[in-house]
Amino acid sequence: MSQTPYKPNSHGRLALKLGAVALGAFGFGFALVPLYDVMCAVTGFGNKANLTRAAKIAEHPDDSRTVTVEFLGDLPTVGSWEFRPAVRSIQVHPGRLYEAKFVARNLTGRDTYGQAVPDVAPSKAASFFHKTECFCFTPQHFASGEERAMPVRFIVDPALPRYMDHITLAYTFYDTQAPAAQR
Amino acid sequence: MANSGHAAHEGHDDHHGAPKSFWQRWVVTTNHKDIGTLYLIFAGVMFFVGGLMALVIRAELFQPGLQFVDPMFFNSMTTMHALAMIFGAVMPAWVGLANWMIPLQVGAPDMALPRMNNFSFWIMPFAFTLLLSTLFTGSGAPAGGWTLYPPLSLQGGDSFPMAIFAIHMMGASSIMGAINVIVTIMNMRAPGMTLLRMPLFCWTWLITAYLLILVMPVLAGAVTMLLTDHFFGTSFFSAAGGGDPVMYQHIFWFFGHPEVYILILPAFGVVSEIIPAFSRKPLFGYESMVYASASIGFLSFIVWAHHMFTVGMPLAGQLFFMLTTMLIAVPTGVKVFNWSATMWKGSLSFEPPMLFAVAFLFLFTIGGFSGLMLSIVPADFQYQDSYFVVAHFHYVLVPGAIFAIMAGIYYWLPKWSGHMYNMSLAKWHFWLSTIFVNVLFFPQHFLGLAGMPRRIPDYSVQFADWNMVSSIGAFGFGLSQLLMPYLVWQCVRGGAAAKAKAWEGARGLEWEVPSPAPYHTWETAPDEATIIHASPTGH
Repeated sequence: MSQTPYKPNSHGRLALKLGAVALGAFGFGFALVPLYDVMCAVTGFGNKANLTRAAKIAEHPDDSRTVTVEFLGDLPTVGSWEFRPAVRSIQVHPGRLYEAKFVARNLTGRDTYGQAVPDVAPSKAASFFHKTECFCFTPQHFASGEERAMPVRFIVDPALPRYMDHITLAYTFYDTQAPAAQR
Repeated sequence: MANSGHAAHEGHDDHHGAPKSFWQRWVVTTNHKDIGTLYLIFAGVMFFVGGLMALVIRAELFQPGLQFVDPMFFNSMTTMHALAMIFGAVMPAWVGLANWMIPLQVGAPDMALPRMNNFSFWIMPFAFTLLLSTLFTGSGAPAGGWTLYPPLSLQGGDSFPMAIFAIHMMGASSIMGAINVIVTIMNMRAPGMTLLRMPLFCWTWLITAYLLILVMPVLAGAVTMLLTDHFFGTSFFSAAGGGDPVMYQHIFWFFGHPEVYILILPAFGVVSEIIPAFSRKPLFGYESMVYASASIGFLSFIVWAHHMFTVGMPLAGQLFFMLTTMLIAVPTGVKVFNWSATMWKGSLSFEPPMLFAVAFLFLFTIGGFSGLMLSIVPADFQYQDSYFVVAHFHYVLVPGAIFAIMAGIYYWLPKWSGHMYNMSLAKWHFWLSTIFVNVLFFPQHFLGLAGMPRRIPDYSVQFADWNMVSSIGAFGFGLSQLLMPYLVWQCVRGGAAAKAKAWEGARGLEWEVPSPAPYHTWETAPDEATIIHASPTGH
C-alpha cells in the first residue's frame, strides 16, 4: 500500500471525456440523416429533391422524337385504398407539357390524408423528368368514401439520352392519417 | 501436464479477503474479480438460452414442412437467438474476461470506476428480463430479424417498444463497460507498464472499447428514431412522410459492422496469448499485431454498406465498399500469419486452451474466406440472404468468438479457481464441439450456394439432406456444451492445486500472483523487472 501509481482524480475526468464522446456519437447517429440526403444529392442517386419538388422549366418541344411514359400506382397495404393511373401509358414528345391523372378512393371509412411518393425508372432518367405540378407535392385530404382524380403535369427534358425511349413514373400511395411534416 | 513454472512473486498482501455476506459479495460488490465472475455466469446462462432457441430453429428445419412451431414463432426464434447470443452471451463474456484479467495484466488493484462497474453489470439482467418477457406478450417476441429493419420491425406490437428499451439498456451497459476499460488501461497501468509491454488481450480490448463508445450510441440513435417514427409521428424511415427505410439500413450497419469487430477483436487478443504460451515462444510480430488490430478497428468504420449491396447504390459506392472490405483481409492476414509463425518450430503442446486456439485459427480463417467471397459485389448478389451468409457469420462467431472465449476460460480457470480442471473431460468437450460445429455449419455453405434462403421455417425438398445433417450437428454441439458448466463447477469445488504459473510457457503479470488469485491483487504495483519479465516480448 506504500505507493499509488495512479491519480484517482484523473479517472473521473477521463470518464467524463469518454462519456462526452459517446454523447457525440449519439448525435452523430442523428447527423447521418441530413448527411444521407447530402450524399443522395451529390451522387444524384435517389435524389428526393428532384422527385418531390416542382420544376421550373419552359417548353422547348422536340416533335421529331417520341418517348413512352408508363404510369404505375402502388399501395403499401391492401384493402384501405384504391389507387390507379387513369391511363396506363402515353406517348410524349420531349420538351412538351403533358398532364396525366391518378385516381384514388378512400376505403378506410374515415376522413384521412393520402400521400403519394414518386419514383422514376430507369433511375438515370429521373433527372430528365420534370414535374411542374403534382398531387404528390402535398398530402391530399380525402373524406370517407371519396373518389377523386389527381393531376400531375410533366415535361420530359429534350436532353434525355437518345437510347432512352421508355420511362416509368410510379407512385406509392400511403395513408398518413395526419399530414406528415414535409421535409 | 507440465507445470514447472518457477515460484511466483508474492510481494503483495492479502490482508482482507472477500466479504462474508452474499449481498455484499455478489450484489453490491465493486471487486473486479467478482463482477467478472458475475458477467461470465450471466453470459453462460444467456449462451444456453440462445442455444435453446437455436435448437428450436434446427428442430423445425430437421425436415421440410412445418412440424413443431408456427412460422411467426420461428421468426421470433431467429430474432431472439441473435439478440441473446450477440448482446447476452458474447459481449458480456468479453466484458467478464476484461474485468477479471485487465487489472491483473496491467498491474492495477481494480478497475478504475468500480461502482460504475457494478452498475453496468446489473443493468444486463434487467435488460434481458425485459427482452425475454416479450415472448409472453400477446404479439409474441420481435420477429423481424435482429437488425430491426423498418417497416417490418414497427409491426411488432407490444414487443417492439420493449425490445427497443432493452437495446437501450444493453447499450448503456456496454458503453459504461467500455469507458471503464479505457480509463483502467490509460490511468491505472503500473509504473513501467508501457503500452507496448501490455498483453495483446489488453490491446485488443482497448481498441474494442473505443469501437463500443463510438458505435453503440449510433445504434441507440437508430432505434430511438424507430421509436419516434412509430409513436411520435416523425418520418425518419417512413416513405409517406418523406423518409427512407434504406437510410435505417445505412445507420444500422454503421453500427453493425464495427459491432462484428467488437465481438472478434478480444478473441484475437486471447488467441495471441494462448498460442505463444503453448508454443513456448514469444508471439511473432507483437507490434504488427497491435497495428493490425488498430487498422481493423479503423477499417471497420468504412465498410458498412457491404451488408446491403442489393438495396441499390451507385457503382462508385459498390466499388468503394467492395475494395475497403477486401482491404480488411490484409491486417487479418497479418494476424493469421503471425499466429502460424509463432507456432512454427515451437515446442508445441496441446492442452485444452491450445486446442481451442488452434481450432479458432483454422475455422475462423474459413469464415474469413467466405467473408471475402461475400465482399465481391456480383457474387454477393447471388449469396445475399442465403444460408451461405448464415454459414459465414456462424463460422466467425462460433468457432471464432465463442471458441476463443472457451479457450480463455480454459486458460485462466486455474488462476481463478486455484485448481487444475479435468483435462480429459475438457478434451472431450473440445473434440465434440469441433466435430459437431463443422457438421452443423459446413453443410450450410452448400445449402446457401444451392439457393436456400435464410430465415424461413420451411424449404424445398431438394435441401432436405443437408438440413438434416446440419440439425444433427446442432443437437450434438448443443448437448456437448453441457460438459463445460459441469467441468467448471467441478474445478471450482476442488482438484489438483494450480501453480501460480499454471502453464509453463505462459507470460503476463496474472501469472505472477498466486492461484487462486487473492481477492485483492497488485495493491502494491509490481516492479519494473517483474513487468519486463512478464511482458509478451520480454523487453
